Amino acid sequence: MASYLEKKHPLTVRWFHWINFPVLFIMIWSGILIYWANSVFTVTLFGHEFFKFFPDWVLSPSAPGWLPHWVPTADSESDGVKVRMLWDFKQRLAEGMAWHFFFAWIFAINGLLYVLYNIFSGQWRFLVPGRGALKESILVVLKDVGIYRKSLPERKYNAAQQFAYTGVVVMGLAMLITGVSIYKPSSQSWLTQLIGGYSVARFVHFWTTLLFLGFFVVHIVQVIRAGWPNFRGMITGYEIVKDRDSK
Amino acid sequence: MTKNQKPSEAQTPVDPEKRMRSMSRRSLIQAALYAGAIGFGVFKLANSEQADGVPWPFRKGQETNEVIWSKALSAQRKVPTFSATQVTESRQNGDYGLSEDVDPEAWRLKIEGVHGRSEPVEVTLDQLKKMPQTEMITEFFCIEGWSVIQRWKGVRMADFAKVYPPMSTDKSVPDLTNGSNLVPYVGMETPDGEYFVGLDMKSALHDQTMLCLEMNGQPLTADHGAPVRLVIPVKYGVKNIKRIGVIRYTAERPKDYWAQEGYDWFAGV
Repeated sequence: MASYLEKKHPLTVRWFHWINFPVLFIMIWSGILIYWANSVFTVTLFGHEFFKFFPDWVLSPSAPGWLPHWVPTADSESDGVKVRMLWDFKQRLAEGMAWHFFFAWIFAINGLLYVLYNIFSGQWRFLVPGRGALKESILVVLKDVGIYRKSLPERKYNAAQQFAYTGVVVMGLAMLITGVSIYKPSSQSWLTQLIGGYSVARFVHFWTTLLFLGFFVVHIVQVIRAGWPNFRGMITGYEIVKDRDSK
Repeated sequence: MTKNQKPSEAQTPVDPEKRMRSMSRRSLIQAALYAGAIGFGVFKLANSEQADGVPWPFRKGQETNEVIWSKALSAQRKVPTFSATQVTESRQNGDYGLSEDVDPEAWRLKIEGVHGRSEPVEVTLDQLKKMPQTEMITEFFCIEGWSVIQRWKGVRMADFAKVYPPMSTDKSVPDLTNGSNLVPYVGMETPDGEYFVGLDMKSALHDQTMLCLEMNGQPLTADHGAPVRLVIPVKYGVKNIKRIGVIRYTAERPKDYWAQEGYDWFAGV
């Protein structure tokens, strides 16, 4: 049997990816701390409010009774009764801002370098959707849910992945632009006005965060589905490829 | 993360499964070390010694951001102004330093550090009303994340400084155009000293920074900071101090109420 090791992800890309992961996590967490101070967004259809961002079970979920006491929790007292919470995202605006505008630099620089790397290395060819990608990406999704059964072209990234991985870069850029619009709406008012004003920038910034969370969920599910060798490829850079003839 | 792994060829005589195993082992150890370093680093960051309500690395971060963003600020470059139809409903937030009643007749604005004056100068409300008045409609940004558009009227700080110029650092004639030789800071306080803000001179003398007497065509109400409040559109609302009692031109960075609670001292928007 002939199988061989194939270089899958360059070291540079793996660094970009694994730096971005904790930084994006911190950005979202600190963003929620900031958003709390003026939490205005809801899902409202036909005058009925279906969901308010964010309910208490997100901001300060109470710890289940069975949770051992040595597990650290966020605690507070209301009317002399001690309340144990898994975490508490309320009343932490100053902390949120401090972290957000610190890690934003790392997020921005890492993202910009990633884009530059793709441009100059030619790696963007794997990532940017080409002709017919829209149709293929739909088939990929249909295949994933088991409706479509024929085989699809094999490439480093299929069309659905291309849309996801290119889309997430566009989302990152949108976060950067709307972020600065919210951060410096007076001194960089040209940008804020270009976006359509302060509250529009906040709206886009918030919903793009939810898109990031959506991306994260799908990404994790797909990584689990693809299995260990694929995940290992993102750490070691290599994947074992079985020779086609021996299949 | 793996470094220096350069298998001579993709197709290798060595059993690839074996190679992969040894490579994985090394890589996973490196990955675990990386994850540990990130976790440890974040823990150390969060638990660093506090500097006025925030771990000190973040205080440094705020100061670095201040250096970067204050460069983008020009005293002459204006922030957007709006038309009367764009004025939004007003909002009231923050009442520190406003607990006592104030008598506008007895109220005095005390100015310290005026060029050529060794003693503080006192200004009455009437004197302020006789100085050149300016009207503007600007957006006011609360640090919480909302904004209002309001019509303000009062004395621009730039005009005020022509009469009461900040002292220069070397006793020379103050350069109000570029602020090149002025002391770098302005501190402001409520009469009871309960609320106080610190400002950089460039922002304080910005073209649209105003000692405001009227809001939306009416004299300021008590909860909006009567008799005189600061309107400084290049800063968050927290710097727009209500009921000013003291203005202090100073070489030392003035204390700031919210900066002591972990917020950025600069607070520029």
